[in-house]
Amino acid sequence: MALPSSPTWVAVTPEPLALDPLVTWATRPDCGAVVTFAGTVRDHSADHDEVVALEYETSEPHALARLEEVAEEARRRWPAVAAVALHHRVGRVELGEATVLVVVASPHRAEAFEAGRFCIDALKRTVPLWKREHFPGGSAWSSATEPIVGVEST
Amino acid sequence: MARLLLLGPAREAAGVREDEVAGDSLEKVLAVARARYGEAFAAILATSQVWVNGEPAGPESPVAPYDEVAVLPPVSGG
Repeated sequence: MALPSSPTWVAVTPEPLALDPLVTWATRPDCGAVVTFAGTVRDHSADHDEVVALEYETSEPHALARLEEVAEEARRRWPAVAAVALHHRVGRVELGEATVLVVVASPHRAEAFEAGRFCIDALKRTVPLWKREHFPGGSAWSSATEPIVGVEST
Repeated sequence: MARLLLLGPAREAAGVREDEVAGDSLEKVLAVARARYGEAFAAILATSQVWVNGEPAGPESPVAPYDEVAVLPPVSGG
């Protein structure tokens, strides 16, 4: 992945996610805060006592467009936000690996925390992604779903 | 022919991710899809949002040849 020069960096990728490059990218001289969030594969779910992996399906162009919209909306609501990175894994993700990374930089910590929280919450409701849970003996779609809505309504 | 894009559980129920469907309105396109893929797909479609060319659309929305009709079941990202 080439580092973008614009202050928004979105990606959906089958490759493992790495936080360090995003933090390095987001860190800038006019900012005193970089907030990061990593969603990781948990060993259980509402439906299954044992989860060994998750598997995400998407439409990459639609997902990238929605991730861009989420970043734009965060910037609109918290104009001080200087950099937003939203990266999501697709395909199979093993236990303990990151499924999603959110990185937000701003001059002060309050807006970085708030915008970061907004980004992960909005991402879950607005980006076309579907999760299968793999467990011993099979797999099934996650039942933790929400109807997809527009970013402006989050 | 519109280009149908079926995602996640809709893709699984239909057994296909992309297809071509005739019809000049969303209602007609989806009626063909329901008939083609059967009840399991119809049940998922009933809970799904449908986009035409990336924009949320309703039954009356016009559909032109080569338009993309995407079926998006409730999402579970993050």
